[in-house]
This record gives sequence, C-alpha cells and structure tokens, in this order.
Amino acid sequence: MEILVCVKRVPDTSENEIDINSDGNDIERDDLVYSVNEWDNYAVEEAIQIVDKVGGSVTVVTVGDDESEEVLRREMAMGANNGLLLTDDAFEGSDGKGIATILKGAVEKGNYDLIMTGAQADDGAAQVGGMLAAMMDYPYASLVNLIETGDGKLKVGREIEGGNQEMNEIELPCVLSIQTGINEPRYVGIRGIRKVASVEIPELGVADLGLDAGAIGAGAAKVKRLDYFVPDTGEGAEMLTGSTEEIIAKLVEYLKAKGGLK
Amino acid sequence: MEPVLISPASFKLFGFIPTVLFSVLIPIVGVGLFTYIIARRVAPLVKANPDFRFDRPMDRVLNVLKIWLGQYRHPRYMVAGVLHMIIFFGFLILTVRSSELVVKGISGGFIMPGLGGIVGDIYYFFKDYAATAVFFAVVVAAVRRGIVRPARYHYPESYGHDHTNEAVFVLVIIGTLMISESLYEACLVAAETQAGHEATFLGPLTLAWFFKIVFSNGSSSTLQALHIISYYVHDFTFFFFLCFLPMGKHFHVITSLFNVYFMRLDRGNVRPVRYGVSDEELDSLESFGVKKFSDFTWKDILDFYTCADCGRCSDQCPANRVKRPLSPRFLSLKGRDYAFSHFPLKGDFVDQEALIGEGGIYSEDEIWSCTTCGACEQECPIGIEYINKIVDMRRGLVDDGNVPQSLQKPLSSLEKRGNPYGKMEKKRADWTKELEDCEVKILDKKTTADTLYFVDSVSSFDDRMQELARATSKILCSAGIDFGILGKAEKDSGNEVKRFGEEMLYQSLKDHNTEAILNSGVKKIVTADPHTFNSLKNEYTGIPPVEHISQVITKNVASGRLKLKGVTEEEREKIYTYHDPCYLGRHNDVYEDPRDAIDAIPGIKRVEMLKNRDRSFCCGGGGLMLFYEPEEEERMGVVRVKMAQEVGATVIVTACPFCLINMEDAIKVAGLEGKMEAIDLGELIAAHIEN
Repeated sequence: MEILVCVKRVPDTSENEIDINSDGNDIERDDLVYSVNEWDNYAVEEAIQIVDKVGGSVTVVTVGDDESEEVLRREMAMGANNGLLLTDDAFEGSDGKGIATILKGAVEKGNYDLIMTGAQADDGAAQVGGMLAAMMDYPYASLVNLIETGDGKLKVGREIEGGNQEMNEIELPCVLSIQTGINEPRYVGIRGIRKVASVEIPELGVADLGLDAGAIGAGAAKVKRLDYFVPDTGEGAEMLTGSTEEIIAKLVEYLKAKGGLK
Repeated sequence: MEPVLISPASFKLFGFIPTVLFSVLIPIVGVGLFTYIIARRVAPLVKANPDFRFDRPMDRVLNVLKIWLGQYRHPRYMVAGVLHMIIFFGFLILTVRSSELVVKGISGGFIMPGLGGIVGDIYYFFKDYAATAVFFAVVVAAVRRGIVRPARYHYPESYGHDHTNEAVFVLVIIGTLMISESLYEACLVAAETQAGHEATFLGPLTLAWFFKIVFSNGSSSTLQALHIISYYVHDFTFFFFLCFLPMGKHFHVITSLFNVYFMRLDRGNVRPVRYGVSDEELDSLESFGVKKFSDFTWKDILDFYTCADCGRCSDQCPANRVKRPLSPRFLSLKGRDYAFSHFPLKGDFVDQEALIGEGGIYSEDEIWSCTTCGACEQECPIGIEYINKIVDMRRGLVDDGNVPQSLQKPLSSLEKRGNPYGKMEKKRADWTKELEDCEVKILDKKTTADTLYFVDSVSSFDDRMQELARATSKILCSAGIDFGILGKAEKDSGNEVKRFGEEMLYQSLKDHNTEAILNSGVKKIVTADPHTFNSLKNEYTGIPPVEHISQVITKNVASGRLKLKGVTEEEREKIYTYHDPCYLGRHNDVYEDPRDAIDAIPGIKRVEMLKNRDRSFCCGGGGLMLFYEPEEEERMGVVRVKMAQEVGATVIVTACPFCLINMEDAIKVAGLEGKMEAIDLGELIAAHIEN
C-alpha cells in the first residue's frame, strides 16, 4: 500500500511558554522550540505499521519553509521511506483551503492508496484533511483510532463521545484523520535523525505541483486571522498562582469545599 | 618392604583384568569429554562482541587474590559464606591430592612432586582435616538447601523449576569424593597397622581416622576390596564431576577465577557502545546495543556461565524487593539457559531470535525496571555485572524506538531544552533570585570564578529542589569560596540519559557542557547532585576536578572556614539517620564525608540504618527514572522510610535531590507525615552555619 502522511511543524506547546507578540496577531516566536505536531506522529506510526504488515511505502509530506525539513527527517527516522517538502514563497499566508489545494497537488503527483493526516494540529483548525478529501473526491473518515487492512477496503474505528466505539468500512483510496492513542509512536533519537540526514528530500513549488497561483497564498485566503490573545479570566474562573505546593493545597481545599473530594 | 595392599595400578580384577586399564581410561575419557564440552561452551564467547579486559593486570590479580582466593565478599552472608569458604578452601587443598591419586592409579608409588619430605607430611596430615571439614560443610549445606530452604533460593514459578535437586546432587557428589578419598586412605593405613608396618599418622577425628577405626579389624581381603573400590569411586566421581560442572550453576567452580580476573575495575561508568569504536565513529555503527544474544560481549556470556544461583544480587536488589519484574539473578540464569539451548553441546547452533519482548527471554519492563543502583554488583561474590548489560539492552531498545511513552517526552525535552522538564533555558538560573546575602555569578568568558557550582536540571527547575541549590550556594558563600554557575549555558549532565541507553543524546549534552565548563575558566567543580558528580567525575573528560558538596563541607569544617552551631531545642529531640545515595556511595565510595558533616553539628543524634554504606537501599532512582511508571507493589522509597523508622530515626538526611524527592513522597505515601521528615545534607548544614 502506498501511503502519504501529511505532517506539520508546530511550536511545541509543552516545551514553551507562549506569549503574544506586541502586535497582538501572533505569538512571540524567538525562544520557541518546534516539533512534529503530536497527532501526526501517530499517523506516521500507523502508516509504518500498515506497511510493515502489507508492504508498500510511506511518504511524509509537509507544507512549509526550509526549517520544516527537520520534521520530515524526524518522521523518516521513525521509518517513513520518502519525504516531500512543498515550499514556495507563493504558499505564504494560505488558509486551510489553500493548504489543502497545495497538498492536492502533491497527491496527484503520486499514486497513493491512502492519505493520512493528524486529527488536528496543535495550532490548527482540523480542516485540511476533510477539504483535501473533498477536493480529491475521496471518501473521508475522521478521528480514526483503529485501522484494519483488507482488500481494496479498510475497516476504521472511531470513538464516539461517551466511550462507545464505532466501526466503518471505507473504500480505498481514501483520506483518514488519525486520533492520538491509535498506537504508541516509536521514539526517535538523534542517532535516527543522523542516519537519514543525507537522504535527498525533493522540494516542490507552485510550478512543480501544477498549481494555479491564484488559488493559494495570502491573496486567495478567505479566512483571515483578526486577533490573537489570551482570553480574560471569565466569571467563576480563577487561576491558581504560587508554588506547586501552594497550588496543590489550594486545589485540594477547593475540591473539598465543593464536595469533589471527601 | 612389600606393600600390604595391592595398589590400583597393580591390582587385577578377578585375578586377570588389570585395573590399571581403568586408571588410564577414566582420565582419558574424562579429560577428552571435558575438553569437548569446554570447547562448545567457549564457542559463543568467541562469536560475541569484544570487551577490553586485558588491561591493568596488577589490579586484576589483586582482585583475584582478594575476591576469589580470599573469598572477601562471602562473609556478607555469614552462614552460606562460611560454608562456601570451607568447601572452597577444602577443594583447593584437595585438588593436589586428587591429582596425585589419578596418577597413583597408573603408577602406584607416585607422589606429587614437592610432597616427598616434611612438606608432604604436613600436607597429608592437613588434607584429611580439609576433607572432613568439606564433608561436614556439605552435610550442613544439604540440610540448608533441602530442608531449611532459605527464601533467597526460591524459584518463582514464572522462571521454571528450581535448582534444589541440582544443588543437593552436587553436594552428594562432593560428599562422595570426600568419603571415598578418606576410605581409600583409611584402608591402607588399617592394613599397614595390622601388618605391623609403620603407618601414616591420621589426624584424630578426621574421616580417614574414623574409617581406620571402623575397619581396623577388617580382613585383608575386605580392606583390599574397599581400597580398590573407593579408589575407583573417587576416580570416576572426580572426572564425572569435572564434566558435570559446565552443565549448570557449578560451572562457576571453573569460570569464577576468570570472571573475577576480568571483572570491572572501575565503578560509576558504563562501557562504550562498542569497544574499539570511538565516540566520533559511533555514527558508522549499523546497530546500537544488545538486541540479539551475540550482541553481548564475551564477558557478559562468561558472567552468565559463572552465575552460581546464590541469589545474593536479587536479595539486595531494590527492584526485586518491591516486586518490579526484575531479578538480577534471573537476568543471568535466563542468559545462561539461552546460551546452553542455542549453543548446545551436540548439533548445530540454533539461530538467535530477539532477546527482548515477545518471544524473547527478557521483557521490556524488566529492562527498564533497573535503577542502576549497583547493589547487585556490590554483592556478587564472583564479579558478575549487571549495569552494563541493562544499559546495553536499553541502547538496543532505544535504537529500535522502543522507549516507554512516559520517557519520550522528557528525552525530547532534554534534546530541545537541555532539561527533562521542557523548561526554557533562560530560566535555569531563576532559583538564584530568592537567594539572600549571597551572590551567585553567572560565568562566561568575561565573568570567571575559581569554582563552578554545577547545579543540574532538577535543582535548577524543581520548586522544592531549588531550596537545595540555594542551601548549596549559602554553604559556598559562607566558606568564602569564589564560585559561580553556568546559568543557561548549563544543560543536564546526562547521567541518566546515558543509563537509559540514549547514548547520542548523552554525547551531545556532554559535549555542550564540556565546552561551557572549559569556557568558564574555573579550576574546580562542585555539585550537590551525586548523579551529576558521578557523570562529571567518571565520564566527562578533560574538565577540572569535581567534588561533592559533602566533601567541601567536611574540608571547610576541618579548616575552620565553616563554623557550625549546635542543634536547637526542637532538633535536640530528633534522631537523624543518613541515607547513602547510590551514586555517591556505591558508585563513588563517598561514605564518610556526609556522616562527618552531620556529626560536625554539635549535639546532633545520629543512628545508622541496618542497610547502610555499600548496602544502602535505593530510594527509587533519579533522573529519568522519576518519569518511568514501573509495575511494582510498593515504592522503594516507602521500604526505605520504614527502614529508618525501624531504627527509631525521625529525620532522614540525604545528599541527593532525587533521594529527597523520593523520600519526601514516600513519607507521605507511608502515612508518616509528622513522624518522619527528610532533609538534604546541604539544607541541614546551611541551617547550622554560624554567621
């Protein structure tokens, strides 16, 4: 099975203290560290496990700048066979639909049976997977937490609110968005990344992908970010402050007071 | 003078079969078979990875003299140890006699060279006592193994059948050797005495002496028959035993000498990924660590062969004690059984499958359960190692991406931010803000100091442990030491990163820190974290000498630069006990400095826990071990806190931030809040500095 997994480089929320920049339209990016979007790791791990079982290859693709190459290498160190970097100044400022359009170009250049994305990105809106499927006229299953391979078809599972499990059959080729918990992604160390450090990663731009420059980039974006801020503390909400010990003590006190702890 | 009994060399069975035939055949077959068996056993060692153990011969000979010949570690388990020492020394003495007897079967008058004169008289006199002592030791040992059955030898069902039968069988063999040798001798002496010849003097109360009395009136034909029979029983048993040794746990009789000679000489380190491959060349290796049996080094396999199943390692192992799925004893025994079944005595060598995980002999949890505290290695009387194997198997797991999910985040944070918590580098020195009356310099090319205080991650970022960093600074300030820290230029020292098998990440942390340390231009390094101390002292190269804060305290108290005031009224009621951190004590032999530092506080009452110094009981492990979620019935820290309670202590003093974290948690888990407290040595001293 030929699998394409779409991945994204995001600021690592657990490793950073996120502050809003002075213009108020983005976060302060100076001291940030980046990593692969957490959901995407699960998608890549799942793709590798499927290929281990039924054969084929895994290609990881991302839309971004030169720095995005590091996430492709990380996923290749996990075991993805090929990387594909979609990069062009014209991509700058694309909205979700623009990104889906760019990815569609990459999908059409290959011969993929299965396309996977993470269910969402740390800094994303969980829209690209669905749009890509619609543009390709492929069936789409979202929030997938289980995959069983079959002939020309897949069985995919989804957790329903309340803890129930639903199983669906879906025809290939298709697009799946992968939920965390579907597997345990393997660890990638420095050594793994160094092993794939010299593997050539093709870079494709607008022309290579045969894209219409008018359909992508800031100009084509119909969804635009207006503001970016930390919401004010609402009614009844309280931020606990102090040392960890003090916070815990206060929390326990509240839980006891409200009957949550007996 | 005619011999009164015909020797086995001249005797004719049924009057016509010369028994000398047996005397020749038994040794030839025995030695031949033994040679074949050993050759097969050595085969996997030859195929294994290299291990450089041929250096420092003087140190190695000293180890042999002390640990092997001197049986130095045996009395740590008094009953079993003394029994073993009797059997061991008895065997050494009787090997000469047994070898002499083998030749005597071919040439009746043979006497071992050197034993002709007075030396011989003394030797023959004492060897009977040796045989007798061994015999009684064997009887006591058999009763212990077969009837008393100490818990240490218990075989959990999951590990297969126990070895009691094998143990008792061998004891019977040894007993047989002692009896037959004594009987052979006794018959000869009895016959000589009957004939009025001058007979060998047998030491009173020896087995031979006893048999001589029993058979003193035996007919000459009875004596002759017993003389011959006991000779061949001895001869056959001797060679049978020789060939039986490499079949099980008694292989150690042969291998322990070599194992002790080649045992690890230095502690606190981990062997390189591959001997003969430098750090710079590591990228060229196809695979890291131990994944298949042949990835082990030859010393590892020699360790497996040498394990005598005595159970001391597991008896001391804290992971085993709290029922984590790890028992060092079975790490060795499973390895040995694997070697025996995949490199059989007969037939082709079997292909090797993966060692760890499904279908393998070790489970992943087993490999991650070790805190690398070193209690097992400290105890093993024959120099078997565990930490290197555990780390090498972890390297294999890491190389294949099989890292527990709970460890992946801290490892990736270490890679990105240089600390396992994912905190920002620029906040690494934030703990200094709350420090009063003591300036902590942040060192770089321009700002230098005499001494570097290497804080490390936990004391830099953990709210509670920051107090420890402040206490350490206060001590350094009060002692008038010109010091500073690296601040954001410092990264985790990587002691646990290395021990969790992430060698490349460790190398990058080490390289970064080495450069930062050299850049700061300091002449000395101090740390309050034993894990840091261990790593910098034993594994970093080319950096200034490193001291633990406890050493700095004792030195400065002795010189008078640090003056300590006496205990307060409240403290007068308290009873202190010192918990040895593994990486300060066992791995680095710093046992007395922290104790001296505590005792330097006038009026303080301190008691020792039963398990102290090199038998200290691990708190649960530091560094990345804090992120690992083991299967266990009880926390190690809780076990340790109860040990302190048993000796009446109310305050546990540690000298390690991780010990403090684990002890404070354990006190809460054990429900001892209010009755027991934990404090770091640095905090205790800082609170008693006379201003």
